[in-house]
Amino acid sequence: MYEKDGEKYFVVDGHVHFWNAGPDNRNKYGKMFIDCFYGYHSALSPEEYLWDEEKFADYSEETMMHDLFEIGYVDKAIFQPTYLLDFFPNGFNTTAQDAVMADNHPDKFILNSSFEPRLGEQGLAEFEEKHKRYGFKGVKLYTAEWHEDSKGWKLNDDWARRYLEKCQELGVKNIHVHKGPTIRPLNKDAFNVDDVDHVASEFTELNFIVEHVGLPRLDDFCWIGVQEPNVYGGLAVAMPFIYSRPRYFAQIIGELLYWLDEDRILFSSDYAIWQPKWLVEMFVDFQIPEDLQGEYGTLTPDIKRKILGLNAAKLYDIEVPPEIPQEEPAMAGGETGYPERPL
Amino acid sequence: MITEASVLDALSGVRDPELDEPITDLKFISDLRVGEGAVDLRLRLPTPFCAPNFAYLMVADAREALLAVPGVRRASVVLDDHHTADEINAGMVGGLGFGSTFHSFEDTDGDSLDELRAIFRRKAFVSRQEKLCRAMLADGYSSEDLANMSIGGLPDSEAKVTYLSRRRELGLDVSATAPFVVDPEGRPIPEEAVVQHLRFARVTRLSIESNAGFCRGVLAARQAGAPDISEREATL
Repeated sequence: MYEKDGEKYFVVDGHVHFWNAGPDNRNKYGKMFIDCFYGYHSALSPEEYLWDEEKFADYSEETMMHDLFEIGYVDKAIFQPTYLLDFFPNGFNTTAQDAVMADNHPDKFILNSSFEPRLGEQGLAEFEEKHKRYGFKGVKLYTAEWHEDSKGWKLNDDWARRYLEKCQELGVKNIHVHKGPTIRPLNKDAFNVDDVDHVASEFTELNFIVEHVGLPRLDDFCWIGVQEPNVYGGLAVAMPFIYSRPRYFAQIIGELLYWLDEDRILFSSDYAIWQPKWLVEMFVDFQIPEDLQGEYGTLTPDIKRKILGLNAAKLYDIEVPPEIPQEEPAMAGGETGYPERPL
Repeated sequence: MITEASVLDALSGVRDPELDEPITDLKFISDLRVGEGAVDLRLRLPTPFCAPNFAYLMVADAREALLAVPGVRRASVVLDDHHTADEINAGMVGGLGFGSTFHSFEDTDGDSLDELRAIFRRKAFVSRQEKLCRAMLADGYSSEDLANMSIGGLPDSEAKVTYLSRRRELGLDVSATAPFVVDPEGRPIPEEAVVQHLRFARVTRLSIESNAGFCRGVLAARQAGAPDISEREATL
């Protein structure tokens, strides 16, 4: 919970990791991978939040609990697993690893899992088993991941749809889709979000949360968001722009509010790449710069409350403390539009 | 005699397809050696996980640009610290295409890469058109003015030059009588649809520009081992 200027905010961090990328659990690609993450961390974090590479590769449970819940204002955090077994022999952060942490701290975490449609019938049975064991409500999917001869998959492939049907049947209703950096040569365009469009209209009971709001394809993502009411945008990676590139951040948020709306945007830190403390503080203090308000309007505390926690709370049925205002905002910001007339 | 200036000039025509900016401005050049009839170039991309298809396009384009410089008989372009650097570098030495370069674990062909390049050319065009329209709106033109304007009526500016070059790359009509505001297929946007067209084009531009900003920050951090936040944001 965060409080500022008499306003209270319930915080759900929609995307966190507890990874092990230390020297004992990585090959040369694993080393490149964590170096790449470290590049993001060091390029976009305020100096006082910078870690050294050693800590970044393998931080402790205590560190994570401290950063999220003691100083980071987070009320609930959602684990999004990333297996990457080709790079990290024991996995980067798997559902099983996350589950240990979640068990140690009841009520703090929401555990998500994943599925691999190219494992066919057997994978489907295993997925169901896994669900029985962990009871998750969401999955994180990497469509660009390689598997044997396959160079990636699409959400609307036959087998993927079988898995999505299973999700619907099991009540796994939140499908987080990573559309972002590729890690292998690809003949297909791995950022392409068209497949989300197909399945979002087919599986209307499921919610599709596009992580990183489709960046660097914000335009394609927004286009889908306009048409599919069950498509959401996760702010991981876009969030830290608030510090180093605030004007871009303002415009990204402005576009999302216009093309989607304030109910379909989810805050996330992508911990441990960035830490929620400064992101939450800066977001609550943030306002669209004056010269852009004609096009994008302004951010009210109600909008910020929804993005920071209420939207995710709805998706995951998280109980929100009664002191958090939840009424619909009267009018979100000013009239927004493209500058049709001379500026 | 090959000069470094002529080499850099040639390289300034090579763009990151996704960011629509020259690799020289993006500071992707980590080393450049100009010798007798030969150029050795090293490129360093922001992260070792930059998509290999984009990396390949830039290396191939750079090599082609170097070989077009008068006097250059041999050009070598090597990629630093990329997870597929070995494959791409070997592919360049052997003059292989992307498909052959990644043949060991890839079944792509040149077509898919051309398709990817075409997607980004269209996006670059849409984005540059919006940028130019925005500048003109700021100068007092109305959206109706824009909708009814032809290329010949455009005021001179640097943005216009860049816009026309992107438009030409797509194979669209750039003659004086051709309508100005068109979609990537060259179809004119009707007056009543111009604002919505620009509204969406704005997201394309934002996507490209913010991604370029992100890549610059990551590259600077990688080169300096320290955060670079002093760099100014592009103002609109």
